Amino acid sequence: MNAALVRTGRWITEHLILFVALMVLLYLFLPIFVVVLMSFDDTADLGYQFSGFTWANWTDPCAPFGLCSALTTSLQIGLLATIGATVLGTLMAFALVRHRFRGRGMANVGIFLPMASPEIVLGSSLLALFVSAGFSGQLGFATILVAHIMFTLSFVVVTVKARLVGLDGRLEQAAMDLYANEWQTFWRITFPLVFPGILGAALLAFSLSFDDYIVTSFTAGQTETFPLFVWGSARREIPPQINVIGTVMFLISVLLVVALELWRRRGQRPAA
Amino acid sequence: MTALTRAPRGNGAEHRTPSRGRRSWTGYLLLLPGALWLALFFAVPIGSLISTSLYDPSGTLETGYRMAFELGNYTDAIRTYATEIWRSLWYAGLATVFALLLGYPLAYAIAFKAGRWKNLLLVLVIAPFFTSFLIRTLSWKLILADNGVVVDTLNFLHLPIPNGRLLDTSVAVVTGLTYNFLPFMVLPLYASLEKIDHRLIEAAGDLYASPFQGFRKVTLPLSMPGVVAGTLLTFIPAAGDFINKELLGSPQQTMIGNRIQGLFESGSYPAAAALSVTLMVLIVVMVIAYIRRAGTEDLL
Repeated sequence: MNAALVRTGRWITEHLILFVALMVLLYLFLPIFVVVLMSFDDTADLGYQFSGFTWANWTDPCAPFGLCSALTTSLQIGLLATIGATVLGTLMAFALVRHRFRGRGMANVGIFLPMASPEIVLGSSLLALFVSAGFSGQLGFATILVAHIMFTLSFVVVTVKARLVGLDGRLEQAAMDLYANEWQTFWRITFPLVFPGILGAALLAFSLSFDDYIVTSFTAGQTETFPLFVWGSARREIPPQINVIGTVMFLISVLLVVALELWRRRGQRPAA
Repeated sequence: MTALTRAPRGNGAEHRTPSRGRRSWTGYLLLLPGALWLALFFAVPIGSLISTSLYDPSGTLETGYRMAFELGNYTDAIRTYATEIWRSLWYAGLATVFALLLGYPLAYAIAFKAGRWKNLLLVLVIAPFFTSFLIRTLSWKLILADNGVVVDTLNFLHLPIPNGRLLDTSVAVVTGLTYNFLPFMVLPLYASLEKIDHRLIEAAGDLYASPFQGFRKVTLPLSMPGVVAGTLLTFIPAAGDFINKELLGSPQQTMIGNRIQGLFESGSYPAAAALSVTLMVLIVVMVIAYIRRAGTEDLL
């Protein structure tokens, strides 16, 4: 009797958890369905309502004035910020995991701080700096780029660090035992093993930069990025074409992540 | 715990290196460019924000600002915007609690029940991140609209809705905040749940703990680092957010972020900076108190 009670209790908790988890996933995906649906909406309006079906947004996503130039700006900034943050961040991750030096603990905390600050503090402090440096007239592409490298850097460091820490040091030892010098060991063993982590960090940096509104709004001046365009249109009327961009971004990133995962698995198999 | 597991590997790396003296310089060299970047564009700006917050508030962008060590900016900011400050902390706290309640079962299911679907499910958790933050928030406008799915369902079930609508209310803003920062909760929770040794939970069962007791006495305490990290990563951005109020709320939901942004836009830099520093200090104090209480100081 008691055992049966425990068993039913266990069954309920096990399946209840799965059910709740599925509902939460649904909650996470609900807005994605809406974005895909709205990409077929036929009128721009303030309320973000579906009024009728059309293919037109997909055949001409650049129709709203300024949308595609804002998109281009965002892609350029995203790409440059990704390169900058990935290079700087990877170097820092190597320093923190592979080298002992005075102040290492402090450096770890220092890198954590920008991630722990609300974006509005990051953005407003940069603006305060630019204004007191007499730079308020020149806000634009360069200042956005500087800001994006700053706030994506910590995320890159943390991601690459995680990969480096999980690395089996014996592989490098083996290479050195087989008379590879430090340089060869690094490029033939260490770097290929860390590379998936670097690539993941780069993807993360790009999506953070591409998607950022808050910090960008403080450092942009007259320059318009894609999120700034969306924000501006949300105050007038929202062109349905932005949902086409949202859907395409979603599809590209999911494909990239899946490809990366498949590639990672293929790389693991011979080792196993 | 992480520090403990990391240390031996790190030492291994050190033993491998042939010449330690030169290596330590390499460490500084590798760190330098990034550290300089963070110093110049994170630390210096924070200093500049603090000094701006002490400027004479009568200055403008045209006439320039004068340093007056005006602490009055702070008392003014706190007095004028006390409601918004409390509201921000309250909304962020609510969103964090909801995100924890929603995120824990999801992270638990991925860590313990998903089997070979684990990686796929993790991708699904971060996938919504890849559409624009703003567009996702906008889409809640349609979901919560007056004639939308949620309102219709609640009406159909004869469940009461205060004021008859969801959009432009605090419900919409907190829903948006919870939604936007939920993945920040799920990922650290998953990371700490995944590390738990299953044999410990089995042992609890062998010692006649009910599944619930096993969870409360074994799984939950072991997942605390994830709970702390997740709540911080949710609470901090939520407290400073102004997008959810702007897109889903009405003036009655104004948060501190909206005030900071508004003050900067209107050129009242000293007041805006004072409010910004106040938010930062509040968050730092709360985070330190919270980490002390949770007893996970080694988290950093």
